[in-house]
Amino acid sequence: MEFLSYLISGISLGSVYAIIALGYTMVYGIAKMLNFAHGDVIMVGGYISLLSMSSLGLPWPLAVILAMLVCTVLGVVIEGLAYKPLRSAPSLAVLITAIGVSYFLQNAALLLWGASPKAYTPIIAGSVKLFEGQLSISYVSILTVFMCIVIMIALTLFTGKTRMGKAMRACSEDKAAAQLMGINVNRTISMTFAIGSALAAIAGVLLCSSYTSLMPTTGSMPGIKAFTAAVFGGIGSIPGALLGGVLLGIIESLAKAYISTQLANSIVFAVLIITLLVRPAGLLGKYVPEKV
Amino acid sequence: MARLKSKNDSPLVPMPSDAYIPQRDLGKTPVLEARHLGIDFGGLTAVDDFNLTIGRTEIAGLIGPNGAGKTTVFNLLTKVYQPTRGTIMVDGYDTKGMSTVQVNKLGVARTFQNIRLFNNLSVEDNVKLGMHNQIKYGMVGGILRLPSYWKQERIAHERALELLSIFDMQDMAGAKAGSLPYGAQRRLEIVRALGTNPSLLLLDEPAAGMNPSETAELMENIIKIRDTFQIAIMLIEHDMNLVMGICEGICVLNFGKVIAKGTPDEIQSNPVVIEAYLGKQKEA
Amino acid sequence: MKLKSRKLKKTTVIDFATYIGVILVFIVMNTLKSQGMLTRSLTGQLIPICCYIVMAVSLNLTVGILGELSLGHAGFMSVGAFSGIVAAMSLQSVIPSEPLRLAIALVVGAFFAAIAGTLVGIPVLRLRGDYLAIVTLAFGEIIKELINCLIIGVDESGLHIVFNATGTKSVNDLGLSEAGRVLIKGAQGATGTQTIASFTAGFILIMISLVIILNLVRSRSGRAIMALRDNRIAAESVGINVTKYKMMAFVTSAALAGAAGALYGLNFSNLVATKFDFNTSILVLVFVVLGGLGNIWGSIIAATVLTILPEALRGFADYRMLIYAIVLILVMLATNNPQLKALFAKLIPVRKGEEVNGQA
Repeated sequence: MEFLSYLISGISLGSVYAIIALGYTMVYGIAKMLNFAHGDVIMVGGYISLLSMSSLGLPWPLAVILAMLVCTVLGVVIEGLAYKPLRSAPSLAVLITAIGVSYFLQNAALLLWGASPKAYTPIIAGSVKLFEGQLSISYVSILTVFMCIVIMIALTLFTGKTRMGKAMRACSEDKAAAQLMGINVNRTISMTFAIGSALAAIAGVLLCSSYTSLMPTTGSMPGIKAFTAAVFGGIGSIPGALLGGVLLGIIESLAKAYISTQLANSIVFAVLIITLLVRPAGLLGKYVPEKV
Repeated sequence: MARLKSKNDSPLVPMPSDAYIPQRDLGKTPVLEARHLGIDFGGLTAVDDFNLTIGRTEIAGLIGPNGAGKTTVFNLLTKVYQPTRGTIMVDGYDTKGMSTVQVNKLGVARTFQNIRLFNNLSVEDNVKLGMHNQIKYGMVGGILRLPSYWKQERIAHERALELLSIFDMQDMAGAKAGSLPYGAQRRLEIVRALGTNPSLLLLDEPAAGMNPSETAELMENIIKIRDTFQIAIMLIEHDMNLVMGICEGICVLNFGKVIAKGTPDEIQSNPVVIEAYLGKQKEA
Repeated sequence: MKLKSRKLKKTTVIDFATYIGVILVFIVMNTLKSQGMLTRSLTGQLIPICCYIVMAVSLNLTVGILGELSLGHAGFMSVGAFSGIVAAMSLQSVIPSEPLRLAIALVVGAFFAAIAGTLVGIPVLRLRGDYLAIVTLAFGEIIKELINCLIIGVDESGLHIVFNATGTKSVNDLGLSEAGRVLIKGAQGATGTQTIASFTAGFILIMISLVIILNLVRSRSGRAIMALRDNRIAAESVGINVTKYKMMAFVTSAALAGAAGALYGLNFSNLVATKFDFNTSILVLVFVVLGGLGNIWGSIIAATVLTILPEALRGFADYRMLIYAIVLILVMLATNNPQLKALFAKLIPVRKGEEVNGQA
């Protein structure tokens, strides 16, 4: 029973990672950049939803929508101001810029909302009790897993069926060819950032609901771990992000429970390293050897 | 088509720093022997049953339509790809399981169809990198600048300039390789490959992008290199004037299979080859 | 022949200018310090600046010269810091001379960091590009957590080490005798360290690092390392052993970071492992990128300026990190955006050819 409850909290945590990882993987797939600021967009989403619930008194669905809107705009603005001018620059320059954006968001949040952790009331309280109260699953966990599945299906349909989604796939395969086929590459990339950032907002709300606290650096470690999840599952692959996220959440939760709290992150990272050595492109990624 | 004769009377490149000049065994073993060579990529056979023998100082040509698998053969011979089937003997040694680096140490050097220079390094450093395994001092010797460093670097410098002088490029020694004009980059790749002290030099489309006079000059230089260094050269080329002008033996590849082998005259009159290049002639 | 001698001169001139510049700055700073003309905060920063310079220069070997992105350089600094502290503190009674003990600590720090570099390098260097970056990041975090679990003490019978993986162990589990001292207390880090680091030692360490890296770059091995960066496939085709030279660069870089870490660790009486986290790795990477990939003196200047800058911005209090972030983004845009670059090129006359074979 204990195992089951750790497993469920792992799946729930993993679902949050998966939602963040989806944003990472889409952006990486299309812009080929490590967007280190992605984790901080999650944090912004958390604050916006918290403020709109506590200060504006909005009901939580509206708060989530508002957070999504703000993060979407934020994502598109960041992309337009900081990343777009560096489209042809070396990838290291883009990486450092992303780190600059990450610092900026964290310190702006620090100035706006202070360094001390804020209490975050979960958007839905309570839990279901199973097996005569021996196993309790919070509604937030259930909602998280549910949201993750819904987002997964929606994204798969979006990239598979819609014009925009197909344009995204084309751009991530070959930008120059996509451009020649009349696809507006810049607009497609902006759109990807918009979707990724909206997902980050949802992830922010769910993450804060399960951790029940929020501070300016809240997003960085989940951001890094979600990126690890994306790489673990095979970066660029949507099912890979889901698989990687959920597996990572489970590993982390079980490692914390049964091996060592101190070394839980190390175990997660060690699994990533071993996986990459066996499968250099991640679990579901395609390995493309260099052409001679 | 005029065959260029091997010009033994032409002035050879001066080689005073004979420290790196190899003692070649010009005996009977062929420099390269490929038997039943083949490779599959995910069920698709790219090269199949490729057999070839190259003599000590032979100039051989590998021709065929686009996509015939010519570069794949080079990649197999240099172990960029490990062959699925068959054996490759270099200097009488079986290269089974060897890496690109090991095959290079056995004496196989190459150039690339899409030029691969060390673009941010100087022309001279590119050549010295070719000579990497002949320069004998280690990391510590380099950091502490022991006498071995100074001596070896001086010899390497002289040798690099000598090699560059084959193509009259010694004046460019200080320029960045990436800043050279296209033709010079192709020639630098050849010089770099020669730096590895090969017994077999593989040239992948050496004349690509060159005009007729540059190509003519290249032809003379290829023969000069063979005569000076007493090595075998195998080249992939689409310029038939070059191939027919300097190759002693030619191998024609189509759809990954050898369809003809022979002297230039034999190849030019071979109906199978003509068909491969021009398509099947309709019965009149 | 003429061309060559001129070219040799050019690189030699840059190298010597770098050495002489560092020596001059050291003499000036040391004089000012002894005259009491430096502010207290700047005096306190002299040794950390030396450490960050060595960190930046050594990371430049991996990122700029080998061309592999490493996001875990602070991990090697951490290994060097804690092994250096343990070495210096446990030899306290055996070797009374502080400079000698410091020198031994630096060598020990470099040695353990080199071992860590080898262990990390073997799996990491098989990967490429962003995958390599994420794995170095992972290793940096793993090293941080592992050191966080270490409890180390010393008594007359030698070192006592406990690995506190489950969080249940404490200093009492070390089994120290009466005379024993605890050196590292797990998550609380090293406490009560005797601060024997000196500015002169920092200067000497910088000079040694410069000699190692600049001479390496100009040698056969350095050429091979740069060849791997420029074109791995071509490097293999001329018989260059990829693994050997990647490891050479990576391990050298780790060892120097370890020495820098040991100096850093012995400059503070208290030090926790979380100091050397992902953010420290990024900080050093920023020095390298802003200083110019492959550009050694650029790294030195970037490390110095960017260590002093946040302190100098103290007047702006809470806004300084925000300003730092904005400056960072603007500099990256200004140096990498084609339009902005063209604009700057018009405004400022171009300086060229000062890099040590930097990437274009």
